[in-house]
Amino acid sequence: MPITQSRLNVPVVVDNEKCIADKGCRVCVDVCPLDVLWINEVTGKAHMRYDECWYCMPCETDCPTGAVTVNIPYLLR
Amino acid sequence: MSNQSPPRVVETDILVIGGGTAGPMAAVTAKERDPQLRVLLLEKANVKRSGAICMGMDGLNNAIIPGRATPEAYVREITVANDGIVNQKALMAYATRSYDMIRRLDSWGVHFQKDGSGAYDVRKVHHLGTYVLPMPEGHNVKKILYRRLRRARVEIEHRYQATRLLRDGAGRICGAIALGTRTTEVLVIRARAVIIATGAAGRLGLPASGYLFGTYENPANCGDGHAMAYHAGAELTGLECFQINPLLKDYNGPACAYVTGPLGGYTANSQGDRFIECDYWSGQMMLEFYRELHSGRGPVFLKLNHLAGETIGEIERILHTNERPTRGRFHQGRGTDYREQMVEMHISEIGFCSGHSASGIWTDEHAQTTVPGLYAAGDVAAVPHNYMLGAFVYGQIAGEHAADYASGTAPGPSDADFVAAERRRLTAPLARADGIPPGQMEYKIRRLVNDYLQPPKVTRKMEIGLQRFRQIRADLDQLSASDPHELLRATETQHILDCAEMAAQASLFRTESRWGLYHYRVEYPDRDDRRWLVHCQLAKSDKGEMTCFTRPLEPYVIDVNEEARVAYQSLRVKQAVNA
Repeated sequence: MPITQSRLNVPVVVDNEKCIADKGCRVCVDVCPLDVLWINEVTGKAHMRYDECWYCMPCETDCPTGAVTVNIPYLLR
Repeated sequence: MSNQSPPRVVETDILVIGGGTAGPMAAVTAKERDPQLRVLLLEKANVKRSGAICMGMDGLNNAIIPGRATPEAYVREITVANDGIVNQKALMAYATRSYDMIRRLDSWGVHFQKDGSGAYDVRKVHHLGTYVLPMPEGHNVKKILYRRLRRARVEIEHRYQATRLLRDGAGRICGAIALGTRTTEVLVIRARAVIIATGAAGRLGLPASGYLFGTYENPANCGDGHAMAYHAGAELTGLECFQINPLLKDYNGPACAYVTGPLGGYTANSQGDRFIECDYWSGQMMLEFYRELHSGRGPVFLKLNHLAGETIGEIERILHTNERPTRGRFHQGRGTDYREQMVEMHISEIGFCSGHSASGIWTDEHAQTTVPGLYAAGDVAAVPHNYMLGAFVYGQIAGEHAADYASGTAPGPSDADFVAAERRRLTAPLARADGIPPGQMEYKIRRLVNDYLQPPKVTRKMEIGLQRFRQIRADLDQLSASDPHELLRATETQHILDCAEMAAQASLFRTESRWGLYHYRVEYPDRDDRRWLVHCQLAKSDKGEMTCFTRPLEPYVIDVNEEARVAYQSLRVKQAVNA
């Protein structure tokens, strides 16, 4: 049974200029209750990999550089 | 890879599954009671920000403060609010320890609202008593718990999901199996006692928005504990008494009457009129809500726009910084201002939760389940209307009792074949490149939960639902996961399916209506105390079948008087209002 991928707009946005994941920071990835944030292997920055968000905000609140913004998922907005 | 070599085995004395609210309290309490004990806390996410209170909590809903309330009055009120189906001894164990727990949390640095004289500033939200204690600074609860875990030297394993409990030859609990959510490692944990604190089964119904993770509960709380307890032979109870909450439409977070009510806010219909006398959570309140929603006076709104600007400022400060802080952002996006408009409300998807409701793993006044060595506390354990403070108190009770139990004789070994079979079950989806991804299967199960189980409950619909869930069970050998994260979701999907089947079976079993909307059976519209003033239990039989049976109520320790009995049956505002 073949599988296809579908594109989705995700609620959590990371500002690559401010993100310091490439220097080893893992705060947002660590605190996410749903484990949906990931480090991009090419850029070394954090991003939302799975559209499974409770818009709960630990990633934004705990980010040491203010790089993360949690938006309300589009279906709910 | 984990499939070739034997699984790693970890030894501990007490295993606590779930690091949200009850879990950390249980772990700290057990360790403090006997520092020689090894206590391991297993958390699917990270204890710093996990569970229902990952962003804190805005108040205690059931604080029993001497001088303002008594344990006896509290037990009486909850007995009535829950239509008589309670184990009063378990409620009383909470009620008598409630105040000491507030003092304990206070001494740890959790801030509660106090009046000018330094007394706890409790507010009236319930129909009869005064039990709501605001926590305007409640956003730091998890940080405080984390510090306590470190200080007590509790061992913590993050990003492991417990999937099955282990039992020895005598049926006693001897540990659990867990899955590394970032590694797919299958881990065997040997323990003398296990405390389940996995929270609600909140990913059961599908939110009206259609967004799988836009649930009322933290979606990480998806029924892992309910499924594990079931498969270990423990009794669950009250699963037909669903949790359904009033909430902000689409945002799906609490509205939240417990915060706004004491400040003058209320639930209104489209004409801005009050239609319920009391916003305290009860099945009857939700039924009135449901009726108004579907009447010509619907939908339903949270009304604050009659309040002074200063009061609204205070409400915003509490609600937009605590528990669900993105709420302010949601309103902003739609141009909603509490000062100007009423805010549209709706009802949530169904779930199992004892926080507001009464459904979950059966536990007694010592937090013991019906399986020796297995304890449960918090939203997963069926002590009614327990909320956050109940999770803390029962976490403490479980920690104390499990510590004493674990210092006795050790359980025997678990069955090696069982471990091997569980490992095969867990990792099978990884081996399938093609198949059904977990998100798709989960969506289908939860859509069917809405179609067939959401009250009003209709017998034939629930039977069809059950049949459809069994058809999905036959699809499990096509479940496919492409990475560790998807494997986590695949395991969760199987727990959600277990919970869906339990919800249908339990609802079919009780042939009466009770708890207002939660168990409103169209063919049996009346409450039948003669036959059904009993607990309905659900468990796996010796033959491995899902079975339901009744358990008589323990004799009440507190009399329920007529005044209290009537209070919760007459919630609708008398017709004079805008009739």
